Amino acid sequence: MSMKEVIEIIDKYERKPDKLLLILLELQKNSGRNYISEEWAEIVAKELNLPLSRVHDVITFYSMLSSKPRGKYIIQVCKSASCHVRGAENILEIFEEVLGIKVGETTEDGLFTLEATSCIGVCDISPAVKINDDVYGNLTREKVIEIVECYRKGGLKCQKQ
Amino acid sequence: MSKTVRLVSENWGKIVPGSVSDYIKVGGFEALKKAIEITPTGVIEELKKSNLMGRGGAAYPTGIKWEQIYVIDKYPKYIVCNADEGEPGTFKDRLLLTEDPLKVIEGIIIAGYTIKAEKAYIYIRGEYPRAQEIMKNAIKNAKEAGFLGDNILGTGFSFDIEVVSGAGAYVCGENSALVESAEGKAGRPRIKPPYIKNVGLFNMPTLVNNVETFAYVPVIIAKGAEEFTKYGTEKSPGTKLISICGNVVNRGVYEIPFGLTMREIIYDIAGGIEGGRELKFVQIGGSSCECMPKELIDTPFCYKELKSKGFSVGSGAILVVDDRTCVVDFIKCITEFFVHESCGKCTPCREGNTQVYNIIKRFTEGKGTEKDIKLLERLSTTMKYASFCGLGQTATNALSSCLKYFREEFIEHTKGICRTNVCKF
Amino acid sequence: MKEVNLTIDGIKVTVPAGTTILEAAKKVGINIPTLCYHPDQKVKANCRICLVEVKGAKGLSTACSTPVWEGMEVYTNSKLARETRKTVLELILADHPMDCLKCVRNQKCELQKLAEEFNIRKIDFDYVWDELPIDESNPSIVRDRSKCIKCGKCVEVCNEVQSVGALAFANRSHDIIATTAFDRPLKNTVCVYCGQCTLVCPVGAIYEKSDIERVWDALNNPDMHVIVQTAPAVRVSLGEEFGLEPGSIVTGQLVAALKRLGFDKVFDTDFTADLTIVEEGHEFLERLQHNGKLPMITSCSPGWINFIETFYPELLPHLSTCKSPQQMFGALAKTYYANKIGISPERMFVVSIMPCTAKKYESQRPEMYSSGYRDVDAVLTTRELARMLKEAGIDFSKLPSEDFDAPFGITTGAGVIFGATGGVMEAALRTVYEVVTGKELKNLDFEAVRGLKGVKEAEVEINGKKIKVAVANGLSNARKLLDMIKEGKADYQFIEIMACPGGCIGGGGQPFGTTNEMREKRIKAIYDVDKQMPLRKSHENPAIKALYEEFLGHPLGERSHKLLHTHYRARDVK
Repeated sequence: MSMKEVIEIIDKYERKPDKLLLILLELQKNSGRNYISEEWAEIVAKELNLPLSRVHDVITFYSMLSSKPRGKYIIQVCKSASCHVRGAENILEIFEEVLGIKVGETTEDGLFTLEATSCIGVCDISPAVKINDDVYGNLTREKVIEIVECYRKGGLKCQKQ
Repeated sequence: MSKTVRLVSENWGKIVPGSVSDYIKVGGFEALKKAIEITPTGVIEELKKSNLMGRGGAAYPTGIKWEQIYVIDKYPKYIVCNADEGEPGTFKDRLLLTEDPLKVIEGIIIAGYTIKAEKAYIYIRGEYPRAQEIMKNAIKNAKEAGFLGDNILGTGFSFDIEVVSGAGAYVCGENSALVESAEGKAGRPRIKPPYIKNVGLFNMPTLVNNVETFAYVPVIIAKGAEEFTKYGTEKSPGTKLISICGNVVNRGVYEIPFGLTMREIIYDIAGGIEGGRELKFVQIGGSSCECMPKELIDTPFCYKELKSKGFSVGSGAILVVDDRTCVVDFIKCITEFFVHESCGKCTPCREGNTQVYNIIKRFTEGKGTEKDIKLLERLSTTMKYASFCGLGQTATNALSSCLKYFREEFIEHTKGICRTNVCKF
Repeated sequence: MKEVNLTIDGIKVTVPAGTTILEAAKKVGINIPTLCYHPDQKVKANCRICLVEVKGAKGLSTACSTPVWEGMEVYTNSKLARETRKTVLELILADHPMDCLKCVRNQKCELQKLAEEFNIRKIDFDYVWDELPIDESNPSIVRDRSKCIKCGKCVEVCNEVQSVGALAFANRSHDIIATTAFDRPLKNTVCVYCGQCTLVCPVGAIYEKSDIERVWDALNNPDMHVIVQTAPAVRVSLGEEFGLEPGSIVTGQLVAALKRLGFDKVFDTDFTADLTIVEEGHEFLERLQHNGKLPMITSCSPGWINFIETFYPELLPHLSTCKSPQQMFGALAKTYYANKIGISPERMFVVSIMPCTAKKYESQRPEMYSSGYRDVDAVLTTRELARMLKEAGIDFSKLPSEDFDAPFGITTGAGVIFGATGGVMEAALRTVYEVVTGKELKNLDFEAVRGLKGVKEAEVEINGKKIKVAVANGLSNARKLLDMIKEGKADYQFIEIMACPGGCIGGGGQPFGTTNEMREKRIKAIYDVDKQMPLRKSHENPAIKALYEEFLGHPLGERSHKLLHTHYRARDVK
């Protein structure tokens, strides 16, 4: 995204400082690497007339925002209580195995970042995982393998289940 | 399922969510018209009569809350609808937002009309992108149909609703942290006093209520408080949405009258424990609430009865846990949640949660001691009495209840025994 | 005003409505311990140290944030309150390096003081503090983030009082910390080195960079001629480091102490303050008479200079081109003075004692080598001088009163009031009035520009012409005036700006824990010193007259421009 497009997003929110969180979420979504670079953070701070340290505070405070580049797909395995009692820890280990990375890491091809997350509100289908905007539940080893394969192939229509 | 009721959830599955014409066909916006008829004082009276308690977890009487802001003569006033739903085990608001968004919107409009606010923000957690889209669409439809915008229903009352997003912070469910986040800042709770009703969003008087609370308002206004109080118990009238999860057959959201026993909820509504296993405990209200051992499951689900035994209604989350779970390992999971979600502002929560986690982790590795149990109790007391906000104050509720009802399991761990074989030493 | 009656530990007390438990307790001699509380800042209530038990209230209450109500019963030392407070302190200590013996705040640390008061003998919790690299990237301020106790006082002073915003909180949970954007070294941020953060930090997480060893090296070098100049603010503050009341005037002992340390000559920055007035006064008159850039703004506060270079570079032409008294001194020392005593400037080491951290940065700016050498070699804060004196075993209380050396020790009251906000303006008006009218100014006290108020205004009539002046102290107040200039609404001719609240007596190099109450006492002392001085107008200083006759020629002349004036540039903080 060019600097012009970054400013367009800021303009869309009328340059209001109270829209900082929404602006950062949208910039992150359009970054291709699910993060907000220091450069973009500087532009936001300048255009909203906020100290850069305050923009940094917001980026580091919220779990969904990242100041470091991540994968194209953020795989967030829920490890809160309801998923825990239905085998979430096991699911996390399976993801680590299938992806070949440890939680917190990104695959070398830049496709996947594996994260453990707090409750995502889909306890009716736990153990569950959120991959970008989509949620998959009632996970088993087979399902995990299937889902990862689907995303490796382009991430389209993986929600059919 | 005959023990469930369909009042606030009556439209689920029967309408296209967000369709104004569908909503009107099932009686939508009649409550708004009634509210205009009976005027703000009438609305407040009806809500007080219904004894509707805040449905987010804090359970503050809604009628009284609205009245407190109604009498403040400072404008503009704002409304923030708390749809942050971060309490683990809770997913009832998700369904309210995706199945019947217009009911929530109607409740918010009635609130705006009653307290004379001009703008409401629905703060939906970042983890619910679909709900955000559905709600934005519903608002757009409501606006086109004239139920939002200028001069609503010819009353001269103008009102608008906007959806704002969270970005992954459980603490933003606390009402002052929610307001901070809605102002584009980090969601760290504010000092009280001043209270949010006086100095809230943009330092103006603000009403903050949970999604479910707003959804109940049109139910009560349209049907009347008397009809609502026919359900439930004397001290806890009406119904509540509960989200049942864990090791049960029927996980999901159900609307139940207050007063059903936990046994009825677990075995009649949720179909009992999956795989024919034994119930070990049920955590009522979310990760910030106590765990009830199976001996107490004849306790009725309502504010008074649960409180008298040291439990809470909380958010309405009901996590049923079977005998495969190690209590110590479970508490480790709960503590890890609070370590991650603590905002870091105050000493007891920031440091306390980390220290509790370190100790519990030792237990799961077989290195816990009796002295550690005393330390856990000391930390629990400190966090409960000294934390800045509800997060720290309730973070050790689950631990305290498990030390009370499952102390032997902790002591066994000090001797290198994990009876469920979950902890490997 | 409505009154409230309550009891604290059984003692009855009556206070106005809105008073907090903390304030009410103080009234009856009960000092509830605090840590994140600061009398000049908003109540934060995040440390949770000031816990008390209030009958009927849920849990424990924080005394600093809880307003009293009629009939309240407070117990400050109930078992629950006392034990919980202790646990809270232990939790903080478990997350803090046990570094007291080597720490800059040893004996002056609020956390250490609490540990002593609470009778801590053991800590039952795991040590969980993170070892983070120390930021020593710039000449003025050092950050030791491992020691941060997350009280937020530095964040508030940097954002609210100074409107700079170099520091903010970041992260959540145990990782929360007060730091810079992206943890950049301070030199890559908008930090202006004003050092106000060092004054409010309760522990050793942020403090000045030490130049003590460099000064010892020079003093111990027999080949070096080491001279020292001292700022006006130091003489009314140094005594506090030795147990004296804020505002104690210790000029004579200060000189004696410096002589004992081994400085070859002890001079007074007030001398070059007088010089600054003569140069700046003439510069102002020239702008006034020849349609120069107005309002003209003073330039002796380096934190302020960093601020305008960073945030308002388009307004740089408004600044006076005069250097600060510190830098004027250095330039003259290595030219005029070196020549006078026949010592080569490369054998001269110039030290200054300042209430300021930004002056360390100022002294190494590339523009400050006018003599051909670094004009001021080392800057020591008031605190550093005190440390050196203690290290040298000098008993401050037993020192006699001694006088500054000539020629740079002859000064006027106008020079000394530089230390207080409004002082430069007042000193300038005393001279400008007489130079323009040729008449004697009877009343030398311009009360309108004195005191801690953020922005002060005054009007002076000089030869029928109205001169409107403004004085700002604290950078958020400076911002107000600068925004007015930008909008074309500033109808002043002359503006004085000091980066620090109260002016230099409230500077970032002053004793740790400086409060507004202490600032007021120091300000009073400054004006007391001024009143006692035989000469109170800069242009009457005979040594200044001699300097022009012997060396400079006339104000704003060629030599002045080379040595005593400077230029500024937009500050890029990448």
